[in-house]
Amino acid sequence: MPGRKKQKASIQFVLNGEQVEASFAPHKTLLEVLREDLNLTGTKHGCELGECGTCAVIVDGRTLLSCLVLGLDIEGCNVETIEGMADGGELHPLQITFADLGAAQCGYCTPGFLLTAKELLDKSLTPTREEIKEALSGNLCRCTGYIKIYEAVEVAAARMRGEDAEPAKESIYGYE
Amino acid sequence: MVTNNGNNGKPRKVIGKPFRKVDARAKCTGQTKFADDIVLPRMLFSKMLRSPVPHALIKHIDISKAASLPGVVAIITGKDLPIPYGILPVSQDEHALCIEKVRFIGDPVAAVAALDEDTAFDAMNLIEVEYERLKPIASIDEALSIAEPRIHEYGDGGNIHKKVSLEFGDMEEGFAEADLVREDTFFYEGNTHLPMEQHAAVAHFDPDGKLTLWSSTQTPHYVHRALAKVLEIPASHIRVIATPNGGGFGGKSDPFNHEVAVAKLAMMTGRPVKITLTREEVFYCHRGRHPVLMWVKTGVTRDGAITAMHFRSFLDGGAYGSYGVASTFYTGALQTVTYDVPRYKFEGVRLFTNKPPCGPKRGHGTPQPRFALEVQIDKIAEELGLDPAQMRKQHLAPANSVTANYLRIGSMGLGPCIDKVVEGSRWREKYRKLPYGRGVGIACSSYLCGAGLPIYWNNMPHSGVQLRLDRQGGVCIMCGSTDIGQGSDSILAYIVAEVLGIDPFDIRVVTADTDLTPVDLGSYSSRVTLMTGNAALQAAERARELLTLAVAEKLSVPIENITFAERRAFDVENPEVGVSFAEAVQLAEAKYGTIGTVGSYSPPRSPGKFKGAGVGPSPAYSYSAAVAEVDVDPHTGIVTVERIWIGHDIGQSINPTLVMGQVEGSVYMGLGEALMEEMAYRANRNVVHKFPSMLEYKSPTTLEMCDVVTYLIEDPDPNGPFGAKEVGQGPLLPVPPAIANAVYDAVGVRIDEVPITPEKVLAALRTSAQGRPARFGPKSVPDVVWPQPLKVQTPAQGGDGREMPREAVHAKD
Repeated sequence: MPGRKKQKASIQFVLNGEQVEASFAPHKTLLEVLREDLNLTGTKHGCELGECGTCAVIVDGRTLLSCLVLGLDIEGCNVETIEGMADGGELHPLQITFADLGAAQCGYCTPGFLLTAKELLDKSLTPTREEIKEALSGNLCRCTGYIKIYEAVEVAAARMRGEDAEPAKESIYGYE
Repeated sequence: MVTNNGNNGKPRKVIGKPFRKVDARAKCTGQTKFADDIVLPRMLFSKMLRSPVPHALIKHIDISKAASLPGVVAIITGKDLPIPYGILPVSQDEHALCIEKVRFIGDPVAAVAALDEDTAFDAMNLIEVEYERLKPIASIDEALSIAEPRIHEYGDGGNIHKKVSLEFGDMEEGFAEADLVREDTFFYEGNTHLPMEQHAAVAHFDPDGKLTLWSSTQTPHYVHRALAKVLEIPASHIRVIATPNGGGFGGKSDPFNHEVAVAKLAMMTGRPVKITLTREEVFYCHRGRHPVLMWVKTGVTRDGAITAMHFRSFLDGGAYGSYGVASTFYTGALQTVTYDVPRYKFEGVRLFTNKPPCGPKRGHGTPQPRFALEVQIDKIAEELGLDPAQMRKQHLAPANSVTANYLRIGSMGLGPCIDKVVEGSRWREKYRKLPYGRGVGIACSSYLCGAGLPIYWNNMPHSGVQLRLDRQGGVCIMCGSTDIGQGSDSILAYIVAEVLGIDPFDIRVVTADTDLTPVDLGSYSSRVTLMTGNAALQAAERARELLTLAVAEKLSVPIENITFAERRAFDVENPEVGVSFAEAVQLAEAKYGTIGTVGSYSPPRSPGKFKGAGVGPSPAYSYSAAVAEVDVDPHTGIVTVERIWIGHDIGQSINPTLVMGQVEGSVYMGLGEALMEEMAYRANRNVVHKFPSMLEYKSPTTLEMCDVVTYLIEDPDPNGPFGAKEVGQGPLLPVPPAIANAVYDAVGVRIDEVPITPEKVLAALRTSAQGRPARFGPKSVPDVVWPQPLKVQTPAQGGDGREMPREAVHAKD
């Protein structure tokens, strides 16, 4: 639509624990605001139509697809992105297990998976394999076949419960 | 000299161990910079206008309205980029922007550069194009029967792109020796890579006349060559940097029109230009799995030994050449490397159609014939009353042999793969014994560990590595290879770390930058671990040799006593006598000057010398066997794959975690192809893609993905670094036929095409209930006038790998 109005809107919200202010064209999605106006390119996009889960971020404790949320709608909200997942220099247990167990191959869907898994573990540290599958069913990954992702979530959950968990030998070396 | 050993008798510290990938934490913290994450000052944004019609002449393009839109900086059309390009030297048939005609819905005709993406989008929609429609060619049948209009003015006549015909050995004799001859037809639907990352590229042209392109590409070297050709600037003034690929699977292996367009726009405007494709546009880039119709005639003796095989394939190539000539040969190449096939004939034809071009997808041209072959073998076993697992195992192609079509097999671990999956799945208790609705099926396969020949003819190495050691003990590896998620950057670090006795995380890896790194041909044909691995091994061994000489002199210890481990160089007999790794580098630097070494790798020469022998040879072949267990609901036709047991002959795992990830990812992708993925078009509505979106192009989610039980067979191959073979593509291959065979075991119907959708299962169950053949699949293949075959005597006949002289061919006829 030629001649579209370019006047910017301005909002305030909490981003990874810090109060921020952003000004952007009012039709922009949260995805675009994060990537283009706040330079947080850790949030990825695979379709920009709500089909793939890649752009998931946590808003007020729930994962949302940032491509389906208008930037304007997050005024006053609490937004967590992949850039805020580590606690200072300390990686989140999910980030450690995803990296160590091969749950991130190309790494493009990884931020969306990590945040979706974090929401799951924020609610319960004892999810079953079926509950993990259900929780991650809106996120597409073309590399891993998901199995290494389940294992990474399970090992991270166990470690967050205080257990000294390691992945099963078969998941690293295969079956005898 | 590459020794494939490199450890002076010490136990391995890195190879075969589950180290984290060197880039894994960056990927898990959002720090990895993919192409669309690059932002440069004064950067413009580009959009491409694409054809809304499948086949038409371009009569007129009017850019005046678009050009006058505020914020538009430049617009280019086909006349600005008149030089054609293409991945293969024999099919330079693409233009960055169409000049005279468009060939599919999605073919680009103009590109805009504007201050922001919204303006570029608006301007794109203001460009007016007048088309004169031509009859679209929508299918294999149409391309064979409609000679005019031609989609391209080259090829083997009409809309036939390429016809090939090769014959190895006396086919008549082979079929005469058979106790059973089966003829079957199969169809493998096309599907696409669907990488999670949409293609993106950023171009920058500096005032000194140097062009830099960052792009999500698997093949920066080929993009480099294409840009030099099309833009008419010296290759030495062009730098291509492949950004980490957010998934490739073969879909980012061609030089792409959007890469050329942003480079041209950057040159014209003097400003950086970025383009990021929409998901819909990624579907139009395609270069995915060719739809292939197949006919296969196989003769076997009573015990299941193959006496002769005649294979025909018909490829729906889409609108451009892409890798298509290679794809065509690949549909006929690897039939011979799993089971002994003493006589073999292949005829293949690739057609042009008005659809997005097909090209290489994981397995490149081989999953389709593998499906046909493995389902037919299942039928043969049943007809002969043999167990299909046992029958396969009895007739394996021998290790260290040359096949009828002159492929040299080295290590061959298919037998142990079959044993593992048969035992693990409890095959003998299940096959033909499970209740109605449940079934098991088996299939085997093989894949290349790198194409034996380069894409353009040259006799230089396929892969190069430079190693720089600095006096602080730092090691930097430079290699042209591209990490597409498979872990190729990490493989380099593991191999060098093993040889130099340091930690992989001590090493800096610089890859995929044509200014900084020696050429590696690209991340395709499962070549990277074997070829870059051998190059890295050679460079590291050369560096170790320099360090060894300097350290031995300093310590007054015999050279052969010096070993490297735990970041030290020391005397194996007196381990306390030694120096730190950094000191070893300092000693060497003092003795020899700055320490840098190189390594390179060229595959061995192929024994095949005939025309067409270039496709199929490889330094080594990986092998896989899979058993699928399925549940088929006879009321809905829905097939649920419960579990897949897969054995993969990896030679030697460089890193088992990454190998497992490739096996599981391959099984996943094979599952998608078997059950749901299809590039489908509305033939009667302008050949428009039915569903260029991730919602409608069905791919497996966590809820469809099956359990996978993996067995790794380690039998080191002499040609692989530390014995390693490929794993990125091979394990996909047995999955679709294993599932098809399991569906038959479950409900007694043959689905001779993929995807195996509920509709097809129900249709077959219905015809079965009516007493007609319990089968869904193509009934026949078109009549084609095949060229006179190029005849080659097999090694068993005393052939030398050359084609027989034409006179002799005629005399024999």
